[in-house]
Amino acid sequence: MKKTAEVIIIGGGVNGCAAAYYMARRGLTDVIVLEGSDSIGHGGSSRNGGGVRQSGRDVRELTYCMWGIQNLWPGLSEELGVDVEYSQTGNLRLGKTEAHMKKLQQLADNARSCGLDVRMIDGKEVKELNPYLSEEVIGASWCPTDGHANPMLTTLAYYKRALELGVQFVKGAKVIKLRKMQGRARQVVTEDGTVFEADQILLVAGYESRAIARTVGIDIPMTTYFEEALVTEMQPHMFDMMLGTADADFYGHQCKHGSFVFGSECGLEEATDQSLTDLKTSSLTISAGSRAIMRYIPALKDAKLVRSWGGWLDMSIDRVPIMGKVTEVPGLILACGFTGHGFGTAPAVGYMLAQMAVGEETVVDLSALRYDRFVSDR
Amino acid sequence: MICVNDIEKEIGVFVPMEDDDVLVCRCEEVTKGEIRRAVHAGMTTIEEMRRFLRCGMGLCQGQTCGKLVKGIVAAELKINPLELEPAVSRAPMRPVEMKVMGKDGGQGGDAV
Repeated sequence: MKKTAEVIIIGGGVNGCAAAYYMARRGLTDVIVLEGSDSIGHGGSSRNGGGVRQSGRDVRELTYCMWGIQNLWPGLSEELGVDVEYSQTGNLRLGKTEAHMKKLQQLADNARSCGLDVRMIDGKEVKELNPYLSEEVIGASWCPTDGHANPMLTTLAYYKRALELGVQFVKGAKVIKLRKMQGRARQVVTEDGTVFEADQILLVAGYESRAIARTVGIDIPMTTYFEEALVTEMQPHMFDMMLGTADADFYGHQCKHGSFVFGSECGLEEATDQSLTDLKTSSLTISAGSRAIMRYIPALKDAKLVRSWGGWLDMSIDRVPIMGKVTEVPGLILACGFTGHGFGTAPAVGYMLAQMAVGEETVVDLSALRYDRFVSDR
Repeated sequence: MICVNDIEKEIGVFVPMEDDDVLVCRCEEVTKGEIRRAVHAGMTTIEEMRRFLRCGMGLCQGQTCGKLVKGIVAAELKINPLELEPAVSRAPMRPVEMKVMGKDGGQGGDAV
């Protein structure tokens, strides 16, 4: 195991693995990825609903999100040699009340101002797109270029390819601090005292990024949030698009495999006080999720749930990720605070992180995502 | 701390076996050969194996194949199966219909 490289990536999640792959593809293979847990993709990368969605995003994220969907997602399975189950089959965000429709209209207007094709459709048109939905749905926003993919396969496909190209992966390497040398980020220290060294350090460690960045004096306003998902047994093919609701009571889709994957909440998540290593699901959420799903897709009432799982999200205080080079700590690049919607943008983020590492301009201007954008408003 | 590259070097290249076509996970139809190949592609934990191949993710949730998969992965890694962290069990313990699961007394009315 080598301990010195040109680049060290802290975090073996989908963003870290994608960054490693895009670096290796450019010929930068002297890279070490340090994953804190024993498995690649242990955090949010394997604990999300698989949405590859542009609609509903903040305008600061939309540009690179759209770039990734136009340029990277369509050829990803072929490029990585693993079927990542990407399906560009649209996203319906459903509404049942006038208040819902107003909210959806606002989101659609925001997206359209960035050139994204999102339009409002009525109940009749919703039914034509998806005949399985409840009669109570009065309308929706429809973004035909959204879709979904398999987050676990995507993460592991990037990992597998980067490994084949010569990137070094170390699992069970929990980073506790960074050290500067001659004014630059240089050393990465793990829990057992091992010291790794590199010219550049990429911090993409999800919710653990904050504590690590603090060791070189950078504090990023982030919190954590526990979210759960559930999966049904295999069902006959029903529909392909991703579903969400104006109320955000559930979201999900039918996988290539035939099972449905849904994310849901019980409403008491803010009070969760379990430790960050505790990934136990709540006894309330799976039932609340079942009710929410049946209210929109009554046909699934007899579908059996086989599994539920949960994980911690790295919530940025303004719900928008933090990305870019750190001026005060040359050699340090940050990418964190993906706030539960980082999977769909991971190819674009990985691609741009590789650009930053080789000193290139990123394909999309990321200045709105800087870590020092947070200022007091009182 | 384990370095995947060192492990892959140590275990050598994938060598085909006569019984590689044997179905190990019957729910998701995963063969012994696919599991062995995945170890050589970098999947060294049961957690990664389940995500990569879906073995143990079907209707029985690995109750039939869990031990078998562990044995195959361990043999390929040339370690004792006890050194491998077992797969995590998830609620519910048996498949349950949504219409039943929804009746826990929570708010939001009866959807069925």
